[in-house]
Amino acid sequence: MTGRTLYQRIVDAHTVRPLGDSGQILLYVDRQVLNEYTSPQAFAALHAQGRKVWRPSSTLAVVDHVNATTPVRNARTMVLHDADRARQVSTLADNCARHGIELFDMLDTRQGIEHVVASEQGWVLPGMVMAAGDSHTTTHGAMGALGFGIGSSEIEHLLATQTLIYRPQKNMRVTVHGQLPPGTTAKDLVLSLIAQIGADGASGHVIEYTGEAIRAMGVEGRLTLCNMSVEAAARGAIVAPDDRLFDYLQGRPRVPQGALWDAAVVQWRKLQSDDDAVFDREVSLDTRTLAPRVTWGTSPDQGVPIDGVVPDPEREPDLQRRQGMQRALAYMDLKPGQPLQGLPISHAFIGSCTNSRIDDLRDAARFLKGRRVAPGVRALVVPGSSMVRAQAEAEGIARVFEEAGFEWRQSGCSMCVAMNEDHLNPGDRCASSTNRNFESRQGLGARTHLMSPAMVAAAAVTGVLTDLRTLPCH
Amino acid sequence: MNSAFEAVTTLSGTAAALPLPHVDTDQIMPKQFLKGIDRQGLAQGFLHDMRFDASGQPRTDFVLNQAPWTASRFLVTGPNFGCGSSREHAVWGMRELGIRCVLGTSFGGIFSDNCMRNGVPALVLPVAQVDRLMALAMDPQRCTLTLDLAAQTLHTPADGQTLRFDIDPLHQSMLLRGLDAVGMSLTHAPDIEAFENRYLAAKPWVVLPQEKPPQEK
Repeated sequence: MTGRTLYQRIVDAHTVRPLGDSGQILLYVDRQVLNEYTSPQAFAALHAQGRKVWRPSSTLAVVDHVNATTPVRNARTMVLHDADRARQVSTLADNCARHGIELFDMLDTRQGIEHVVASEQGWVLPGMVMAAGDSHTTTHGAMGALGFGIGSSEIEHLLATQTLIYRPQKNMRVTVHGQLPPGTTAKDLVLSLIAQIGADGASGHVIEYTGEAIRAMGVEGRLTLCNMSVEAAARGAIVAPDDRLFDYLQGRPRVPQGALWDAAVVQWRKLQSDDDAVFDREVSLDTRTLAPRVTWGTSPDQGVPIDGVVPDPEREPDLQRRQGMQRALAYMDLKPGQPLQGLPISHAFIGSCTNSRIDDLRDAARFLKGRRVAPGVRALVVPGSSMVRAQAEAEGIARVFEEAGFEWRQSGCSMCVAMNEDHLNPGDRCASSTNRNFESRQGLGARTHLMSPAMVAAAAVTGVLTDLRTLPCH
Repeated sequence: MNSAFEAVTTLSGTAAALPLPHVDTDQIMPKQFLKGIDRQGLAQGFLHDMRFDASGQPRTDFVLNQAPWTASRFLVTGPNFGCGSSREHAVWGMRELGIRCVLGTSFGGIFSDNCMRNGVPALVLPVAQVDRLMALAMDPQRCTLTLDLAAQTLHTPADGQTLRFDIDPLHQSMLLRGLDAVGMSLTHAPDIEAFENRYLAAKPWVVLPQEKPPQEK
């Protein structure tokens, strides 16, 4: 018998039964996180059929998409003046109360972006299956778990049955050789991968990341890597558990303690792909040529190293891709051959489930000491959770941001998805640590350049897209 | 068992072409339409910024605003249509507008799953077939398609061709019968309970500290 991949091992351990000879299975799911905008329709359907929630304690609910991020958070500032958004938040609270589901509401000291909250609480553990009504649920692969996003109908299915109807995906291994060069991060690595394999490059696959650079990478970097793998269409992205992960997890609120922890770690160490496991696809990345990256277009695969130029659509042989590039350049108001470095920005945003954790904020702050945000630039930092915010304040990072002229805000999805008041206006150009440069993602007609948090900080203080390697840091 | 949606057996009508790659669900259903708590009233939002200009007027140069494509039942898409956000609103709005089948070389995975749960077949076809259907869909005289889901065929009267497509047999049967997936899976409740008891006994840390193992349903 040939060996199994880590992904297959997790799927096998969660297979309740096959569903006929379709190749699909009933997959048991350990954990779920709910938000306020994709869950109400699931509960409504559940109620219409008079169905119960199978295991309420497997679910955690967090308000994150629509809440304000005003710097002062209290009962008065968190009144939502938009009646529709207020109703989404109150509906979530009602549904949680009705079914006995734990809720971190807007004023909870543990509130934050669902994926940031889940990892900092230790909500997802190695070997688990985690699903949520948000595409960035791939994030949790950094815990040695299988995480993937689902629609509202699937949320309903999961609430009612603790399972999903699931087709096992193909296996892709991405091996990252070498070490990340100075000035580059997991964000640059994943942007480079997406550019290499395309926005649909991992379609139908679950990625396992391996190699020297991954083993050396901190857990927060792995969270960034797994998070953005969905932008290459991956249906999951996993890093095998190791001591780095166990150190990260131990002592977190929802993690087992004592003898139970010891027993768990013994089992978690076995969560590896077999040496003779066969991957459907192998991709190899060499970090020696990796540079800080920025996107120029409206799809996450449309990016180049910061010292690169906007590519010429005329040199793209595929007609549809060429038309996609032309549309992107018109939207972004860029010309073929134009250097990215030196492009003026109006906004700088640090936040999102991709890059808003403490390491991200530390990284960015290093470039801000003794510097000021350039005139004419609005710069915001939205920590991924209230806990991250508190930690950054305790470490003095918050003061660095504020003294540099950044708005130091409360946590939420904020300007990554622009479903609250935080949005850009038509023609605004934003250096952003987020995950999607889609048309109008950050506001109608707004232009997004994706990059690492430190690259956003560098752009904020110079007022233009900047190679941070040219900027001394303190 | 309950019906989740109207069963899909055959479908005939106009096909529209949208040859752009990577059309994401932010474009398919922009954020201003994500403020509800139900699945209704989303037709207006479908591809909103492509269909309407800043003042809310229909863009006459966009295919879905031109005859005969204003009454499209099929959409032939570029690769990776529906990538990005998991928002099922994208499918609810598309279906409400009248589009009941999407065809392309690949789709965003969550979008494709969402289509299946709402009675909208998302059919993956070889490049050459998508190219042929795209060319037909762009011609107002030749853009009619007929889908027969049971026979797994797509017929194009304009060129007289009938292509046979692959579809997951479980998806096919659920679409044909309009099956409620939750109801179907709950018929396996005893299996789920048995699995859960075994699983939680073997991996006791999955049960959170304050939580008691499930006793009975």
